[in-house]
Order: sequence, then C-alpha cells, then structure tokens
Amino acid sequence: MVAHLIRLKLTLLRNSFRRSPWQLVGVALGGLYALGVLALLLGGLFYLSYTEPATARTVVVLGGAAAFLGWALIPLVALGVDMTLDPARFVTFAIPMPQLLAGLAAGGVLGIPGIMTLLASLGQAAAWWQHPAAMLAAVPCAVLAVLTAVVLSRVTTSAGTALASSRRFKDASGVIAMVPLVLLGPIIAGIMEGLRSSQDFLAGLAGVLSWTPLGSVWSVPGDLALGAWGAAAAKLLISLLALAGLVWLWKLSLARALTTPAHTAAAGRSSAGLGLFARFPASPSGAVAARALTYWLKDPRYGASLIVVPLIPVVMFFGTSQAGDFTAMLWLGPLIAFLLAFSISADISYDNTAFALHLAAGVSGRADRAGRALACAVFAVPLTALAVVVPVAAMDRWHLLPALLGLSLGTLLSGLGLSSVVSARYTYNVPLPGESPFKTPPGSAVRTMVVQGLGMGALMLLVLPEGLLTLAMVLTGRPLFGWLALAAGLVLGSALLLAGIRIGGRWYDRRGPELLQAVSVNK
Amino acid sequence: MTSSEPENLPDQAAFQAPLPSAGTPDGQALAIRGLAKSFGAKTAVNGINLDVPAGSFYGLVGPNGAGKTTTLSMATGLLRPDRGQVRVHGVDVWGHPLQAKRLMGILPDGVRLFDRLTGEQLVTYAGLLRGMDRQTVAARVADLLTALDLAGDAGTLVVDYSAGMTKKIALASALIHAPRLLVLDEPFESVDPVSAANIRDILHDYVRSGGMVIVSSHVMDLVQRMCDHVAVIAQGNVLAAGTVDEVCGGASLEDRFVALVGGRNRAEGLTWLRTS
Repeated sequence: MVAHLIRLKLTLLRNSFRRSPWQLVGVALGGLYALGVLALLLGGLFYLSYTEPATARTVVVLGGAAAFLGWALIPLVALGVDMTLDPARFVTFAIPMPQLLAGLAAGGVLGIPGIMTLLASLGQAAAWWQHPAAMLAAVPCAVLAVLTAVVLSRVTTSAGTALASSRRFKDASGVIAMVPLVLLGPIIAGIMEGLRSSQDFLAGLAGVLSWTPLGSVWSVPGDLALGAWGAAAAKLLISLLALAGLVWLWKLSLARALTTPAHTAAAGRSSAGLGLFARFPASPSGAVAARALTYWLKDPRYGASLIVVPLIPVVMFFGTSQAGDFTAMLWLGPLIAFLLAFSISADISYDNTAFALHLAAGVSGRADRAGRALACAVFAVPLTALAVVVPVAAMDRWHLLPALLGLSLGTLLSGLGLSSVVSARYTYNVPLPGESPFKTPPGSAVRTMVVQGLGMGALMLLVLPEGLLTLAMVLTGRPLFGWLALAAGLVLGSALLLAGIRIGGRWYDRRGPELLQAVSVNK
Repeated sequence: MTSSEPENLPDQAAFQAPLPSAGTPDGQALAIRGLAKSFGAKTAVNGINLDVPAGSFYGLVGPNGAGKTTTLSMATGLLRPDRGQVRVHGVDVWGHPLQAKRLMGILPDGVRLFDRLTGEQLVTYAGLLRGMDRQTVAARVADLLTALDLAGDAGTLVVDYSAGMTKKIALASALIHAPRLLVLDEPFESVDPVSAANIRDILHDYVRSGGMVIVSSHVMDLVQRMCDHVAVIAQGNVLAAGTVDEVCGGASLEDRFVALVGGRNRAEGLTWLRTS
C-alpha cells in the first residue's frame, strides 16, 4: 500500500508537469535553491565535527528545532501544504487507517522540502564521524525527525483549516483563537534575542529545547557523543512519544475528514434575505462587489489570506522591540496596503469555473473589475488607515501622518488597479472552491513568489511619486511635502485605479473565454 | 445594459419571451456555420452546420464525448471556436458577444456555481449581473423559486444543495432575464422525475409563447417525447438533423441513434462479473 501511494504520487506529479510546464519550472527552481542550501548545511555540519561535541549538539538542536517550527508554521502562514495525495480522494477505497497514514506520510516526504530535510538530517551524521556510536544513532534519528516534521505539518494545517473555516473565526471571539498564532511573535523575538546574546544563552536554550519534542530527537546523537547514555535514552523516548502523539492527532483529524466531507460539516447554514446584495447598488458592478465581499466573509480560502494581516503588526512589534526602536513600525501602513491590494490578483482563479456565470451573463469587463476592487476597498481602506494612524499615534509622530497616509493609500489604490489588470490576464493554481485553503499544487509556490515579486516591483514604480515626496518630507522636515504626498497618493492612486479597471476591463472583454478555459484546466 | 423585457410579468408569464422577431433572413433563430474546435491533436467539433428554426424545441443527442458540450459552449460564447460562425437571431455571437448574450439563457454543464451564496442570492446575482432592476429581479426570483420547488431552500447555501437542486437553481439563473433562446446542457441530469416534469412544463410554456429551447441529452426517450427537432452528433459531426419525424422515420429515436452512431457491443461482455 505504501509503495502504491508513493507510485501514485510520482505519477500524479509527472502528469501535472505534462499539463503545465510552469509547474516543472517551479519545481526545478525550488530544487536548485534547495540543493544550494543543502550544500551549505552539509559543509557546516562537517565543520562542526571538528568542534567540541557540546557545541555541535547545541547547533544541531537549535537548527533541528527551527526546522520543526518551519514545517509546522510555514504552510500555515505562507505556502500551503502539498496535497497531491488528498485524503478525501481515498474515501471510497477501503484502505485500513494505519496503511493510509503510513502511505500519506511517505508521500509527504516525497517533495523538495521533505527530501531536503531528510538529506540534511542524514547529513547530521557527518558531524559525528569522530564518535561512531553517535554517528550510527544519527541515521535512525534522522528518519524519525523527518517523519515527525511531516506529520507535524499535517496536524497544524488541519488545525488551521478548521480554524479558518469555522464560523466563529469570523466573529470577534475568533480573535481569541488567534492568540496561539500571534504568540509566534514572541517566539521569533526570543530566538532573535538568543542569537544576539552570548553563547551561554544559546547553550541554555538548546539544553531546554532538547528536553522538549522540538529538540529531543536532534539531541540524541550529541548526548551519545558526550557519553550521556541515560539522557539519550530518555530523549529518544520523548521523541517517540511525541511522534506517537502527533500521529494520533493526525489520525483523529483524518478520520473526521474521511467521514464528514467538508461541505456537510457545518450544519444549519441557512440565512434569510439577500444579505449584502441588498446593501450594494443594483448594478452589475454592485452585484459583483456584493458577491465578492460575501466570499471574503464566507469562503475560508479568502479568510486564510487574511490570517496574516493581524500577524504582521505583532511580529513587527516584537521584532522592533528587540532593538528598542519602533521606527520600523511606521512601515506597517504601506505593507498592509500592498498585501491587501494584491489579494485580489487571483480573484478569477478563486472563482474557478463559476466564472462562467459572468461570461454567460455578458458582464462588461469594467463592471467586473470595478466590483471586485470595490469589495476589497470596503475593508482595505479602513484597515490601511488604521495601520497608519495607530503607530503614528502610539509614537506621537503626528507630523508624519499626511505623508504616510498618502503613501499607504496611494499603494492601496494603485495596487488595486494593478491587481485588476493582472487578474484579467493571469490565472494561478489555487485551492479549488471548498478545498482546504492551505493546499497548494507542487511548484506553484515559486510561481506565486515570482509573480508577487514582479508585482511588488511594478507597484514600487507606480508609487514612486508618493515615495519620493515622503522621503523629501522626512529629509527636509517640511510639512508641505507631507501634504503633497497625501494629495499625490489620493489623486495618482485614484487615477491608476481607474486606469487599471479600464485596461483590465478591456483585456477581460477580449479574453473572457480564454480565462474560463484557463481556470477550468484546474478543476 | 438593461433588460429589454416588459417588467410586469407575474408567475409563469415571467418566462414569456417577446414574439419571435424576423430573426435571420432565412428564419433561423440560431444558425451555426462551419463551427470547429480542436484540443491539441484531438478534433472535438469538426466544422458542423446546424440550423435551429425559430419557435422550435431542439434536442441535441450524441454519445459521451461527441462534442455536444463543446458545440453548445461555442454557440453561447463561452469557448472560442477555431473556425466558424454562430448567429443568434441574426446577431453574430463572436462579433457582438454582449448583444448576443442578452438574447440567450445558458445552463452550462460541468461548471461550478458561486456556491457560497444562498439559492436566492445566486439567482438574484444572475439577474443583477444582467443589469436588471431590483424590483423585477426580486419578483422573478420569487416566481422561479416557487416554480422550481426551491422556495423552501431559498436561504440554504448552494454548496449544501443536492445535485438535482443545484441543476434547478442553475436553470433558474439562466431563466431570470427571460431570454429568447435557452441553451440547456444536460438539464435533466440527476433531477428527480417530479421536478423534471415541472421543468418540462415550464419549457413547453416557454416555447409556446415564442421562446426557443435547445437541450442536449443522452436520454433518447426524453428527447423524443419533448422535442420537435433533433440533431444527432457523434465524433464532432452532425449525422442527422431535422424534425423528430424526419430523423426517426417511424422508428424510435433510440434505435435510430444506435443505427447512426453504431458501436453496440454484442460480445460476451464481462464474464467475471457474473456472481452466480
């Protein structure tokens, strides 16, 4: 069964390359990058073998714990998890749960992050070549560590999916559920602090971590090298128990997913009336805006892209608090404006083939573009304003307000215009309607990053006037430049938004059927 | 873009279309000429010609993969053809898509709906997208939901609908602007018999009052009973087209279809599947 699932995954991967060469490019680029990092890591590990075993252990434990954290959190906030082998597809095959778990875990290792983690952890043995017992132990520990990492990522993503798709998440009480995610900030801050302070602190941190599931498995070979047999045995036990616990959690969530398909999970989702459709103007663009905003509120895929918005200020706050200088917090407004404006650039990809309704109804490109931009602006404008005003008020730097407001609103409006053009031309591989928001096809992460990078570059050019005026204000201290930046942001931003809706609308009118074709490839 | 329909149409009359206009000079409501589409090396539709006379109830039958859906997608402006022309009441679908789409109501097969909306919201959305005013949309949505027996589930999210209910709500979205031509791709798939009979009544009323319907199906019996014209499509070609009597020539449509298309398998079949 495990062999079957692995072969299935490889076949699916090959077929997806045949359909979209872009994905192959993505995987190839990702693979090259991973190879480079791996070479550096292996070199570092070999160098470690000439240092004190205690130092080597500290480094390995810290690096390993960071890898675990990465597996647990990166899919959640950024890139999603490769769900080529979606458990939901195995519902009709009576596969015993243990075999399904084993197969899915093995399938999860097969991928750039999995293989890279496996090679790096195996390479850890190189650090212990002067201590044969430790080197021998490092190999099974590496396998154990990779399995733990894969299972860990599955558990956190299924927890994250449940969080993002539950109704309560959208209520005010959802904010409380965000707390564990928000604590990321202090954790990162703590690590940063540790990196900056003395070796003693690092050794201490590693010592503590090595007794937790995050670091225990990484510490076993080091303990053996130091001759601490008892500690090594105890830590191995902790690691095994942790893996067993994680597998148990995964099994629970998988068993639930297999018996309750996503769309029947929530009961009694019934509401009378037209909702937002009654609040927006009765025109094609008003209807598009009402529909898009309804999706922002109800579709977990949109909700998941908003998770990161409250995270940024927290992470930035803890990041800057280390330096004791909060000036960087002033960038919060432009940053959030960029993220929100870019969030509608994959709108049609999210519609998938439901987009056929727009095409069949003969919605004009301009109405479609305007409606989607309006829906985003409804919440993005107040959020951006808040992200500018709060840091300014907290630091009592009111003289910067006009300039920052101009820069942020300019970024938001220009970005919405840019997204309106981009989404009329390019479609992405995104999770399908009703699928887990944290699911990504292999290779798509690199493409997303490339597109986002290009978008950011283009946007920087578009907001150059506001940026230069803000800079002039900061350098000269003359308030006039601030007010000019505000005016430029509002006027230029609005003009670019209108231009974006126009150009995007024209593209949309010309390429509507091709857009539908492009999104229906991914269904 | 505003609806060209009179706005005071209660209940069933909501589906009334205006009297058929002159249409194309030759009296065709839908004229397809040399329509062709290939996907890679595979030819899906091979330069077909088809004339659908005004006031007809037209059936399109063919085996799986015959090119029915591809043809209908190209005829309704959803899929760009490699070659060929489509005219709806004289309007070139690919030359003036917005104008042509105003005349058509489309129920595509195999596409998703905006299923995070409630049924009522979805049909309202379809109406508003067409530029209709709020009062007309509200009145017609209520009529449609009642006529299609969905009034009780108006507030349920479409994602929670059964397959048949989903088909019906998509049909309502296609009818909301009282089109002159209805193009329905597999409208009866997974619809229960009672709802199917209701839908047939609605469609017959609609045709009687001057509308025009094209349905694709592979249920021969249904097409023979319901339609007055039929075309048989296989492997991207029209094998026969005309009134049902012309095509069938006294035989049942099913027999005629099998004779035209061929491919009946009279071999022993799957012997291992016999349980005794």
